[in-house]
Amino acid sequence: MAAAADGHGGGGGLDPLHQFEIYPILPINIGGYDVSFTNSSLWMVIAAIVAYLIISRGVGAGSLVPTRMQVVAETLYSTVANMVRDNVGDAGKKYFPFVFTLFMFVLFGNLLGMIPYSFTFTSHLAVTFAMAATIFVTITIIGIMRHGLHFFSLFFPAGAPLATAPILIPIEIISYLSRPVSLSVRLFANMMVGHTLLKVLGSFAVMMGAAGILPLGLLVGITALEFLVAALQAYVFTILTCIYLHDAIHLH
Amino acid sequence: MEAEAAKLIGAGLAAIGMIGAGIGVGNVWASYITALARNPASKAEIGANIWIGFAVTEAIALFALIVALIALFA
Repeated sequence: MAAAADGHGGGGGLDPLHQFEIYPILPINIGGYDVSFTNSSLWMVIAAIVAYLIISRGVGAGSLVPTRMQVVAETLYSTVANMVRDNVGDAGKKYFPFVFTLFMFVLFGNLLGMIPYSFTFTSHLAVTFAMAATIFVTITIIGIMRHGLHFFSLFFPAGAPLATAPILIPIEIISYLSRPVSLSVRLFANMMVGHTLLKVLGSFAVMMGAAGILPLGLLVGITALEFLVAALQAYVFTILTCIYLHDAIHLH
Repeated sequence: MEAEAAKLIGAGLAAIGMIGAGIGVGNVWASYITALARNPASKAEIGANIWIGFAVTEAIALFALIVALIALFA
């Protein structure tokens, strides 16, 4: 049971990376490119549908005394709304739908991945890097559209002595360019390592027989931690997007 | 040295990187508690930011673990 808690295959076989395998459900091949509908795509669709259902059912009632679903939807909404207001300011209101969509997609991707035998699409670097790269390009374009060439003053903090420019500007440019990498690798690494850890501990519980109760107890604790991490990483992913957006809009 | 042995030693060496993250995460929470002890009223302001600091530091440990796992399984 414990080994099956997270991952396919189950049993005592120790192949913790098997759960991340992508296989096509509906093979599609267009012009030599493999664009199959995979299990990863399936869970992305499920995450989008679940997020949509929770929000639409939540706001559907719209009563003064909220129903349970309405509380869930309103809490999610106000969390992200406060985050955007605190970190970006009033200028960020325009970008709230984007940030909210991002938060819901990552959050439900992480949480649905905790269901046994499901697939965590956020545990693939290809998925998280595509999201991070989209955010990076979008935010750079927003910054350039708002400030024109003045946007590049982002790479030289105001008030720093001019003599430090040759050192400071390359450092700032590297740190700016590494943003999509750190943003995507953080989410991917957290999800992948967490799920691998669950699988490894699950295998221990099966292999140790009666003494397996010890790793099983640990597994319960780690599972709770993984739920925290799932929500936390969605939060961190979104808040860092807000901070980058703030930099592009207000230039330090 | 056999390739299999080198793999295991490499994975162990990669995990050393977690020392730094352990110190870092400890530092994050220690500073949080110190700050709260000095100014309990600031809890609301620090409360949300502490998780960013925690997540950013914890990510370093995960990078080390990823390298260890790649050395072991990939």
